[in-house]
Amino acid sequence: MTVMTRLVLLLSTPIFATLLFGCAGQAQPTASPMQVAQLHTGSVPGGQMTVTRSLGTHDLAVLTRLSWGVTPVLAAEAGHEGMAAFIAHQLHPDKDDHLPPEVAGQIAALRISQTPSLDLAEAVVTSRREIQMIQDADQKQAARRQLQQQMTGLGREAQEKSLLLDLYSRNQLLQLTTWFWMNHFNVYLPKADIRVFVADYEDAIRAHALGKFRDLLSATMHSPAMLLYLDNAENADKRINENYAREIMELHTLGIDGGYTQKDVQELARILTGLGINQRSVLPNVRPALRADYQRAGAFEFNPNRHDYGEKVFLGHDIRGSGPAEIDEAIDILAKSPATAHFISRQLAVFFVADDPSAALVNRMADTFTRTDGDIAAVLATCFASPEFDASLGGKFKDPMHYVLSAVRLAYSERPIANVQPIRNWLNRMAEPLYGHETPDGYPLTQASWSGPGAMATRFEIARVIGSSGAGLFKPDALDAAEPPAFPQFQGPLYLDTIAPTLASTTAGALNQAVSPQDWNTLFLSSPEFMHW
Amino acid sequence: MNRRELLLSSAAFASVVRAGRLYAAPVQQRLLIVFMRGAYDAANVVLPSGSDFYYRARPNIAVSRPGSGDNAALPLDEDWALHPALKDTILPLYSQKQVAFIPFAGTDDTSRSHFETQDSIELGQDLKSSRDFRSGFMSRLASVLQDNVTPISFTSQLPLVFRGPAVIPNMSLNTGGKPGIDSRQAALIASMYSATDLAPAVSEGFQVEDEVYKSIAVEMQQASRGATSAKGFELEARRIARLMREKYNLGFVDVGGWDTHVNQGGASGYLANRIAELGKGVAGFADEIGPEWKNTVVVAISEFGRTFRENGNRGTDHGHGSVYWVLGGNIRGGRLAGDQVRVAEETLFQNRDFPVLNEYRAVLGGVFAGLYGLDGDSLQKVFPGAKPKDIGII
Repeated sequence: MTVMTRLVLLLSTPIFATLLFGCAGQAQPTASPMQVAQLHTGSVPGGQMTVTRSLGTHDLAVLTRLSWGVTPVLAAEAGHEGMAAFIAHQLHPDKDDHLPPEVAGQIAALRISQTPSLDLAEAVVTSRREIQMIQDADQKQAARRQLQQQMTGLGREAQEKSLLLDLYSRNQLLQLTTWFWMNHFNVYLPKADIRVFVADYEDAIRAHALGKFRDLLSATMHSPAMLLYLDNAENADKRINENYAREIMELHTLGIDGGYTQKDVQELARILTGLGINQRSVLPNVRPALRADYQRAGAFEFNPNRHDYGEKVFLGHDIRGSGPAEIDEAIDILAKSPATAHFISRQLAVFFVADDPSAALVNRMADTFTRTDGDIAAVLATCFASPEFDASLGGKFKDPMHYVLSAVRLAYSERPIANVQPIRNWLNRMAEPLYGHETPDGYPLTQASWSGPGAMATRFEIARVIGSSGAGLFKPDALDAAEPPAFPQFQGPLYLDTIAPTLASTTAGALNQAVSPQDWNTLFLSSPEFMHW
Repeated sequence: MNRRELLLSSAAFASVVRAGRLYAAPVQQRLLIVFMRGAYDAANVVLPSGSDFYYRARPNIAVSRPGSGDNAALPLDEDWALHPALKDTILPLYSQKQVAFIPFAGTDDTSRSHFETQDSIELGQDLKSSRDFRSGFMSRLASVLQDNVTPISFTSQLPLVFRGPAVIPNMSLNTGGKPGIDSRQAALIASMYSATDLAPAVSEGFQVEDEVYKSIAVEMQQASRGATSAKGFELEARRIARLMREKYNLGFVDVGGWDTHVNQGGASGYLANRIAELGKGVAGFADEIGPEWKNTVVVAISEFGRTFRENGNRGTDHGHGSVYWVLGGNIRGGRLAGDQVRVAEETLFQNRDFPVLNEYRAVLGGVFAGLYGLDGDSLQKVFPGAKPKDIGII
């Protein structure tokens, strides 16, 4: 960062209103400038009508890195709190997401918010049984299709909730980190009944996304979505399925070079026997001697009947066959391993710093990991305080999620969208739909995977769509619903004061040749600067 | 730089990125791999018409014996016949010896899981070793062929088969229309990237988009002259052919919709429609690529076959051995290739499926060896631990 412009954000000045709504010939937004200004200050605890904390280019770059995209509200909030306090607050968020009421309402109205997943899962099982009874082949096919549609609907609701939280939660770092862990502990929506459970899975991950890694790992191991995805629901005594055991070590904890053997894979698979799901509320008939070991939470189940109670040796530790206790023991061993500290630190550094983070940075983060017993917030604090982090600001290429969310957040920061379908479409086109990566390694975190020729061309097309109109984001999700007028606005004071001075002369030159507001938006969203975070 | 200079330089740049051909001269051999995701019911497409057991095992969905009427299977040899939905597309190519079928083809992976098996095939690694999700076999093939290859995946996501250290472009062709970014905007955008490391990707992206649109313009022109316009996979396949004729020589595309557990139909019905569409696509590809067809090979694969006996819902469940297709203007086709066994109850794998006698890594390794003249070391890089098998098609 060369320019350190210390500029004042005067959120209620007339120029703000003019710039935000001054595009001749564009549809008038529904909110008045004054309402918007109040929203700004209202979002800052104890805020005055005028927020006068200055925010520099460097601060803005930090905000960009710690969020799904900078907005005037976020900038005002950070300006008010001061950057250090803001970062600390983001690392230790309070429970309240501070969602705009209409967004909270949208989420509360979803079926996944109103019905426990076990009820949904049980309904699916019942429907399946009914479908089996249908004699007529065509009717059977139609009933199957209907069930599939219902289940797909549940998966789409999970995506909707996730996207709305990403766009509007005040806890931006929590949301960003939740996506990172969802990708780290990847599941794939179309497989089995994962659609029914994925919203729960994300909630479980969010609850520990900035907490202790051990708790996070344990949460994923007790989640129906993961147990289905990596087939542990099939893993039982004498019918061993090694899939999950292998991926836990290779992808979730130790890393491929983490020093485990095929024998360890087999032993962990034995330890994990019985960890599975039960999509019905009835309980299995467990042998009396093992009944105390039975565990149940929603559709999650530990079924002692399926567990291998034999002795095991896992990563050099003798494990006595004891049911749930040995699973906890295995989790402890994995979470405390130096290989895990190193592997997880490196993954976080790739996501938050650079494609190929320095060994020195990764080692410092891993030290913090070990010292704090896997405290993720502490590891990130080490990362954010590092010179490597500072040097990397603005240098990461946005993956499609970052690209779309940052564009929508900046374009409509004051006006919650009514429909996430356009965002789903854009993510599909750019090949990064939520829960859409088939293999357990998750989406790649590095630039090369997203910046190929086809991907760049697609991105510019999407830039044009987002930049030219409301693009369906404000059209209620109902047949025949009319879309209220909407137009994306990027050139507020945040842009003028803090973003514009950082643009390269080539970018500024191209923007100067825009022939309309739509054209300007398209070029801005296509610029190298907007492609990076 | 002032406004006028910028305009001039972007205009010059525009002519390069929108109209120029920046790429190297294409190599002779072209290869397209078509992946039928969902496990197509091979036994009802290239069907063992010489086996009475086939008719007993599939009382409701079997295609009737060759010569038994309008909807009968089309004889390929004394033991095998082709689904009648392929009469006007694949059968003529077979007669010209431009198609070979490899029955009992597939992988030794017996998980019968779509995900598991698609992954393991695309990775093309030794099943006994730990999987590396960052290395697909077409990516390894591209790196072995080095500068002589221009790979592309005609898919919206980069598939596992093309994952690897080199960046392989991907672009889905089943949508698409006129690019929304016009040439003035393209020039301005390219100018913004001119000094960045993304400049080549940006200009190549515009180029590919232009190629696709040009091919669409051809379609519209043909349609306006009264020709029937292609739909579905044929439309996509013809676009692929034009791009592979002009520029790319190593391609991948996938086609879904094969997981026929219920009511799959026989000579007509769901599977017949799917297979007809595939046939039109492949034949359309051969037609569209024109004289280059003689330098082109298409291989169609699927993750596994389906149960040889029909299930209680007039469908079929997850099985094992499949039938692969190899097509090309200059192959030794017109026959069934690879190791074979008489189809009967006692030769089924686990008393339910076609066995796998032609392991895909061995077979594809043999095809690559013939097509590109790869030596043993290079083939080991593509399919580590596999022994290439020459089944005499190429």
